[in-house]
Amino acid sequence: MIEIQNLTKTFGTGAEAFTALSEVSVTIRQNEFFTLLGPSGCGKTTLLRTIAGFVDPTSGTMTLDGADVLASPPYVRPVNTVFQNYALFPHMTVAENIGFGLEMQDRPKAEIKQTVGEMLELVQMTPLANRATSEISGGQQQRVALARALAPRPKVLLLDEPLSALDFKLRKEMQIELKRLQSETGITFVFVTHDQEEALTMSDRIAVMNEGQILQIGGPKEIYDHPAERFVADFIGETNFLEAELVSVDGEVAETRLPSGKTISTRAASGRAGAGKVTVAVRPEHALLEPPGALIDGKLENIVYFGTDTHYHVMLDGGARFVVRRQNQPDAVEAYTIGDAVGVSFNPGVGQVLRD
Amino acid sequence: MAETREISAARRRWMLLAPALAILVFAASGPLLIVIMYSFLTPGDYGGVIWSFSTDAWFNVVAERDFFDETLSFSDAHWSIFWRSVKLSLMTTAVAFLVGFPTAYFIATRPKATRDIWMLLIIIPFWTNLLIRTFAVMEIIRNEGVVNSVLIGLGIIDEPIQLLFTEFAITLGMFYVYLPLMVLPIYASMERLDFSLVEAAYDLYASRWRVLKRVIFPLVKPGVIAGSILVFVPSLGAYVTPRVLGGGKQLMLGNLIELQFGQGRNWPLGAALSITLLAIVMIALMVYVRSAGREEVSHG
Amino acid sequence: MARSRSFDVRRQAGFPAVAITCFILLYLPIILLVVYSFNAGKSIAIWEGFSLQWYVSAWENEKVQDATIRSLIIATCASVIATSAAVMAALATTRSPKFKGYSVVFAMINQPLMIPEIVTAVALLIFFAMIKVATGYTGLWYLILAHSAFCIPFAYMPIRARLQGMDLNLEQAGADLYGTPWRVFRRITLPQLWPGVLAGAMLAFVISLDDVVITEFVKSAGQDTLPTYMLGQLRRVITPEVNAISTVLLAISVALVIAFYLLTKSGKPKQGDVQ
Repeated sequence: MIEIQNLTKTFGTGAEAFTALSEVSVTIRQNEFFTLLGPSGCGKTTLLRTIAGFVDPTSGTMTLDGADVLASPPYVRPVNTVFQNYALFPHMTVAENIGFGLEMQDRPKAEIKQTVGEMLELVQMTPLANRATSEISGGQQQRVALARALAPRPKVLLLDEPLSALDFKLRKEMQIELKRLQSETGITFVFVTHDQEEALTMSDRIAVMNEGQILQIGGPKEIYDHPAERFVADFIGETNFLEAELVSVDGEVAETRLPSGKTISTRAASGRAGAGKVTVAVRPEHALLEPPGALIDGKLENIVYFGTDTHYHVMLDGGARFVVRRQNQPDAVEAYTIGDAVGVSFNPGVGQVLRD
Repeated sequence: MAETREISAARRRWMLLAPALAILVFAASGPLLIVIMYSFLTPGDYGGVIWSFSTDAWFNVVAERDFFDETLSFSDAHWSIFWRSVKLSLMTTAVAFLVGFPTAYFIATRPKATRDIWMLLIIIPFWTNLLIRTFAVMEIIRNEGVVNSVLIGLGIIDEPIQLLFTEFAITLGMFYVYLPLMVLPIYASMERLDFSLVEAAYDLYASRWRVLKRVIFPLVKPGVIAGSILVFVPSLGAYVTPRVLGGGKQLMLGNLIELQFGQGRNWPLGAALSITLLAIVMIALMVYVRSAGREEVSHG
Repeated sequence: MARSRSFDVRRQAGFPAVAITCFILLYLPIILLVVYSFNAGKSIAIWEGFSLQWYVSAWENEKVQDATIRSLIIATCASVIATSAAVMAALATTRSPKFKGYSVVFAMINQPLMIPEIVTAVALLIFFAMIKVATGYTGLWYLILAHSAFCIPFAYMPIRARLQGMDLNLEQAGADLYGTPWRVFRRITLPQLWPGVLAGAMLAFVISLDDVVITEFVKSAGQDTLPTYMLGQLRRVITPEVNAISTVLLAISVALVIAFYLLTKSGKPKQGDVQ
């Protein structure tokens, strides 16, 4: 329902110009929990604020349900924002805050009262309706900000790192809460975060961004299992990078030769064909530790025990490092010791050739 | 797209500024230009001007030595008035500094909670009427005033000392009126002073005087300079204080200017003198801005 | 609690003495002036007992009544005009990137602070004289406009300070929730700006009430304000009536300044301790 095409935003001019967004294109679907994920400065907040109407793009188009929105000021767009610092109006009570958007839409008083009541119920803040915003806790403020943005029933809800100020336990609770709200209300959520775990747990689809560009869009599993680029693979979860040589590509399958000389089938990178040196990404939990003579051999450098699983740090012949993650079994005895000669292997189709 | 939103934002900005700018142009900036124009005209017979170009007024600003309008009985010439204005302003600034610096220091070293109250005590007199404060000084130093009465009562003198209507009176009055303007900026600088630097100086064998001279004073110099300008500039253009305390006998530049619009009937000269005063003030301000900028550069 | 140190890095010889003397010096003349306003005798130096007679005579003095009313009218009008203009100017110049012409605008707004009052007074005298000749109007508006002009920077400063301390996000949130710029200003910006606006208005009022130089030059015959009336009185035989009027003016100024201080204190960030 939101169509963004070739959006570019440059701040400043001349030598001091800073390009926050560079030819960004994305389509966000109705009733979707869409996340913009990336490190600080990647442009995700700029993109969000462009949708909200606080940033004017230098070039590009954006339509909402087919209608061009870039010409409309923020107070016209049916898009509401949950600000990172909540931005609750200090001179109004909780209820007045929540009702503000409805007031601005000139809804009748009775309707406002009823909707505010519903919103308070939705976020479980009904007993605190008449409190001043300075008298409630951070988590409660967050819920008020949420209710305030939802009350006018916008087409899109924008959330700018809303959970970053909350402590760990509260954050986990709110993640579940947000997901529930989204599916209950059916409103499209566009969520900005730098926390990849948060993105993976909550989203229907994720757009990974870096330096003003979208690197990959996909569902959590797709992004995790099949990162398209080195940055994505590195940013999300932990990854092993193997230098390999591309032998052949057939559709989605690529034959690669590893430094050990053995070849294995992997998933091909989209938009990269031909031969030459490539990097193959393999998740630690998708690899297996075996006796020497496996896919690649090496020496066990370190064993790190984590409670739920154990990490084996292997120094491969040829100099690269590789981590294998294995879930711990009850009453298992550690078979390996540091210094052992070991082998690493993984199944065909597990490795992912990266685009860069 | 981006441009139209920017243009309407700019338009809104200028519309918001319009009322303030209109008032200011009409009753502050605009008239200044007219003053410049008037300084090049010829004085009319009964005040006002005749619209014919003349540089007499500017000539009279500096070349006036002994000649004066016959209806007056003053014997001061323009130059002695200029000199008096500068001299008294400098003296006022110096005394204000000698008294204001320790005062600012004192307040800055009070406990945090009381500092605001002390500053309020300094500020209150400042916001009271200039005329009232000048009048208050007058009451004290006049022949029947408190100072003389006390001195006579203590037997130190027999006759009252003529304190009023002297240059001393004017200086005292200006000092009294503008003192808070010296204290405020110095205090602002002092408050930001990092006293661990002072401790370091003591640790390195500096005496109290040395610490003051070599560490504290250089660090608060921006405040001192600001305070000096804030006292010097209004003193230079003072009008009420010299009029009340000088009694028409000790003229300063402000009184001289006023004269041209009263008995002197020489509006162009008054205009030229005003521009002269303005020029001196602008130079002083520029000196301040330059030195303040250099301070920032050297201190990082 | 900290033990008192025998060596206090902050102590400088003689400074407290000078400072205390300074405070005494600052208040002594004013206190004497106030005290003598209650003098039963005619002198302003010889105390002859307590009396309110001078307050009564000032109250009944027609010229004083006239001047007082005029002062109040001018101060009220100028304060309202200057504060309104200052609010708009502050909105236009604060929290946005520096626009073209900003330094000129800033210089114009602060001009009354930078230029000696007598120069402005002369300029207005000349300019208004021209208009008087052209239009024949000799009413109060010259004074009101002149006062409005020099009150603008005094109203502007506290408003701007308050505006700078406000969270920009709040106005964006208002716009995000369908508030048009005018409604956002009225419902969100203004309620929070209000203490600054009030402080600015009070400051402007005090400044206008106290003005001597510009009023003296700009006024037409018979258009005295309280300060110019007093200035005229100083040339004649001075009775404690002047003290009485001064005391009342002082009381008003002090009350307004304290109120101003309290209003602006609430928004100030805590200042760090001098270490």
